[in-house]
Amino acid sequence: MVENVKELLKLHEGITHQVYLDNENSTIVPQEVVDAMLPYFNQKAYGNPTLTHKPGWEAFEVIMNCFQKISRFVGAKNLEELTFTPGETEANNLAIMGSAFAKKELGKKIVISEIEPINVLHVTDLLKKFGFSTTKIPVDREGFIDLEKLKEAVDNETVLVSVSSVNNELGTIQPIKEAVDIVKAKNPQTLFHTDASDAYGRIPIDVQNLNVDLATVSSYKILGPRGMGAMYLREGINLERILEGQIGTQKLWPGVENTPLIVGFTKASELAFENFEVNIAKMRALRDKLVDGIFSELTDVKFNGPKGDKRSPDNANISILRCEGEALTIELSLKGIYVSSGSACSRRLLQPSHVLVAIGRRFSEAHGSILMKTTRYQTEEDIAYVLEVLPVAVNRIRGIVGSTGTD
Amino acid sequence: MSRIPLPYNPKVMDLFRNPKNLGKMDDATVVAVAGNPACGDMITFYLKISDQQVIERATFESYGCAANIATSSIVTEMIKGLTLETAWNDITWKKVTEEIGGLPSVKFHCGVLAVGALKRAIRKYFEEKGGGAPSWLPADLTFEEKQALEEEELAQRLSKRLKPEAET
Repeated sequence: MVENVKELLKLHEGITHQVYLDNENSTIVPQEVVDAMLPYFNQKAYGNPTLTHKPGWEAFEVIMNCFQKISRFVGAKNLEELTFTPGETEANNLAIMGSAFAKKELGKKIVISEIEPINVLHVTDLLKKFGFSTTKIPVDREGFIDLEKLKEAVDNETVLVSVSSVNNELGTIQPIKEAVDIVKAKNPQTLFHTDASDAYGRIPIDVQNLNVDLATVSSYKILGPRGMGAMYLREGINLERILEGQIGTQKLWPGVENTPLIVGFTKASELAFENFEVNIAKMRALRDKLVDGIFSELTDVKFNGPKGDKRSPDNANISILRCEGEALTIELSLKGIYVSSGSACSRRLLQPSHVLVAIGRRFSEAHGSILMKTTRYQTEEDIAYVLEVLPVAVNRIRGIVGSTGTD
Repeated sequence: MSRIPLPYNPKVMDLFRNPKNLGKMDDATVVAVAGNPACGDMITFYLKISDQQVIERATFESYGCAANIATSSIVTEMIKGLTLETAWNDITWKKVTEEIGGLPSVKFHCGVLAVGALKRAIRKYFEEKGGGAPSWLPADLTFEEKQALEEEELAQRLSKRLKPEAET
């Protein structure tokens, strides 16, 4: 296996231009974020923040500062409302399982949307073992949740509703405030959680204004280091821990706080919010150039998700018909362009992206989809390079397909 | 999103990048298809078969992943010059997988589908020719043919559950 990977990497030798657009799945951490983190590995504040010595107190001070800053960026009232977790997956698990276990006396119903991220789908599946049932709210053809169905689904046994603020695949910006109002009107006891990982740094978020009870944000989704995220929990709400261990500065997540990663996440957040409007305008301009270019260069392509200001500024999701996605990701990789696809990877499941299927795309359209996200660090030249290479790559794959592969 | 790591070996990559025997064959004796675009996995084989029932030429078209393309291509290489009987008996999905230097386990079905398409082509040849099937051709479907059929039926069932196609 490793030998094969070595050979695969050799095939990439000689690439002169690389454009990393797979920012859905991991990102390049900017040098200024890396620089901000490095001293905390071995220069300062390397102690455990709960212990009584200088390196520990230093760590405590640094972490509290980071708590303050991230709290401000998400609109929390105070830093007690925030818990650092090792990522979006863990924050969502804590939010959903923690709420379910804490509220189980009130009922055992959970409501989510059809297009929640895999970790939300899986944790609600797991909760079946504990007697919880989950209703999935359908979405329309642009990925917006059906608010009427949401209203119908919530009853006096519903303990939690979880809907992402921005869908990670489609960039659809959900009407969270309206959804919260609908849920609370039906059952004021029902907690509302939103995974805001794809909203954070892209649209303004204010948990108080949205009136959500819980929210998730993720470090790598805003170009911070992987392995860090945070969960917001409104003051006064009790949650159960889902992991046990030594409790440090935060009661909902045990273990030793990872100071360098917390610093990196905070630095990445500062950079994203410092020039918020400028950053967003840059992502959007690059994204629009990319999408417009693809539509002018290629025929038989479909745009997935909404257009305009109801879409996250960085997200481009396009189905390229008669072109299987996995083959295309490999072809593009050999030219230095890195994207992901909604294609099914494991045949026994035969399931391409559940999000694309939920908005009514045919399976073949989902297999041929590519997901790209722009960042403020990319350039016009990067996009021009993609627009030069992509049509050639698509045409080669379509050449192999020939007349096969039409529905 | 495709998240299973797929460390394809150099032979798969070579056939993906430079597929052999690619394209439609206008004077094919028999054409057979297996798979379905809904599965993201579909192969067409074109075979030129002599009167002596020898496969003189074979070409393919493939809608699918790199492994699908590479296995289809290698099957066309493996069967060239074989009699239909030898091709039927000797070309199994395991042999195809071996010939290509191994596949990640989630991609075994690519070899299965390619051989399913080949067997379908051979069966179709005798059906179209008339005069009955030779004694070495079993009436029951082989493992690979059954798998191809199962995949197609599953795709049909899943597609029916989908919403009507979106307009945009």
